[in-house]
Amino acid sequence: MAVMKINLCGIEIENPIIPASGTYGYGKEFHELYDINCLGTFSFKGTTLSPRAGNPLPRIAECDGGMLNAVGLQNPGVEKVISEELPWLREHFHKPVMANVSGFSVDEYVRVCELLDKEDNVGWLEVNISCPNVHGGGMSFGTTCEGAAAVTSAVKKVTKKPVIVKLSPNVTDIVSIAKACEDAGADGLSLINTLMGMRIDIKNRRPIIKNKTGGVSGGCIFPVAVRMVYQVYENVKIPIVGMGGIGSAEDVIEMMLAGATAVQVGAKNLVDPWACPKIIKDLPRVMDALGIQNLTDIIGGAHQ
Amino acid sequence: MKDTLFTVKTNREIARDTYEMALSGDAADCMRPGSFVNVHLESLYLRRPISVCSADENSLILVYKVVGKGTEKMKNMVPGDCVYCLTDLGNGFDTSKSGEKPVLVGGGSGVAPLFGLAKNLVKKGVKPVVALGFRSEKDVYYAEEFKSLGCEVMISTEDGSYGIKGFVTDHLPKDATFLYACGPMPMLNAARKNVFCAGEYSFEARMACGFGACMGCSMETKIGLKRVCKDGPVFDGEVIVWP
Repeated sequence: MAVMKINLCGIEIENPIIPASGTYGYGKEFHELYDINCLGTFSFKGTTLSPRAGNPLPRIAECDGGMLNAVGLQNPGVEKVISEELPWLREHFHKPVMANVSGFSVDEYVRVCELLDKEDNVGWLEVNISCPNVHGGGMSFGTTCEGAAAVTSAVKKVTKKPVIVKLSPNVTDIVSIAKACEDAGADGLSLINTLMGMRIDIKNRRPIIKNKTGGVSGGCIFPVAVRMVYQVYENVKIPIVGMGGIGSAEDVIEMMLAGATAVQVGAKNLVDPWACPKIIKDLPRVMDALGIQNLTDIIGGAHQ
Repeated sequence: MKDTLFTVKTNREIARDTYEMALSGDAADCMRPGSFVNVHLESLYLRRPISVCSADENSLILVYKVVGKGTEKMKNMVPGDCVYCLTDLGNGFDTSKSGEKPVLVGGGSGVAPLFGLAKNLVKKGVKPVVALGFRSEKDVYYAEEFKSLGCEVMISTEDGSYGIKGFVTDHLPKDATFLYACGPMPMLNAARKNVFCAGEYSFEARMACGFGACMGCSMETKIGLKRVCKDGPVFDGEVIVWP
């Protein structure tokens, strides 16, 4: 009998499959399609202190094996998430949810986390440090060890919930950033966020996306994600949530062998809305075929 | 929403770069006029949103213009080919608002969803006036199909090579009871200014998911940000922020 349950930063989840932030809204669209309680958990839409309208259209482009997006953190703001989305989830999703938090200053991260810390159905705070720091010249928090550590330690002071820091791959050395977050008290890490990219319309000779650049996701980034998870795993002790291009049960196994304790499925949800339940259903078969009894046993299994 | 497998029955060019694809399969939830399907195409990552031209329980008609990689692939499909479509997407037109003399205004690819709408209205005993705009004679399609429904059809071409010369919005009936429009923003806006009634307007956007999850197609409206794919593609003229 295949055992899929895993422990993620002190919270046991039924299986390691977690829809990634920004591809799953607050769960409502998928609740119409299947019982979302089959998931390990899910990471809700990146939430900021105030509502955000996001970027102008077009926000989407395509590439071989993937897509680009520049949605720009459109979200209703933390107060509305607490007053409308979390009560709905309490009724329809009977598991702790992962709260994805964004901010444009250390203070904003802290205030959003403080508010979400009081919510019983929030299990983990996943802190996205890929946003530009408006007080730091617009450079993303996630691109320097100091910025990443500053957000991590500030957030840790205001919550008892496990803090998972979501890392950007758009850096010279992701391992040093990962270690800085661990040293600053992070309970876990999630990686990778999207890779910055661009597509140009060759007819009108302008970038397709109005924001010019967008984050690349989808199957085409999977090898990059596996490599980064592998490298980070060798250098930190805290659990890793691996993501980037996962689309099958085999991908889940590969990412866990690289060092992930759990995985997130992102872009795949957008092209196959039933991707997560399909992967969950398929996992025991793939585990059996590979002689895996308990998923926990294979975490980091590719390392000697 | 369902991911339904359809089989291509016919796929033919009906105007310049414009194709009509007839599909067989479970199309029962494609029958709301103004809704769309999201078509999965081999080796392309994102699906392609295509408005439903018309549908009944077991057949679906899509009319599309070849504008890029996705529609190029669709053009090359032949009878017997199979294709998965996410169905039952988008809100669609509200036919209960039509009144006795609605006017349907469409431009280019925007003509296609109006055909299913016209069929629906005719079935309810309402005879719409249909005003269709194209660039040139070579681009005109479905004129006869609309006429065979019993609609009064007015065709305009920008170069005057077919029907009335000028824009489709220049000659709209002043006594229309409701406007249904689909086409590019300048056409929608001109249609709005040239009628004396309320209306519904169908929009187009680059989408990723097509079912409201990704926020890739959000549009500013007077009642906040709305997703073209899930809250639209049809919006009441009252809520649209006009240019």
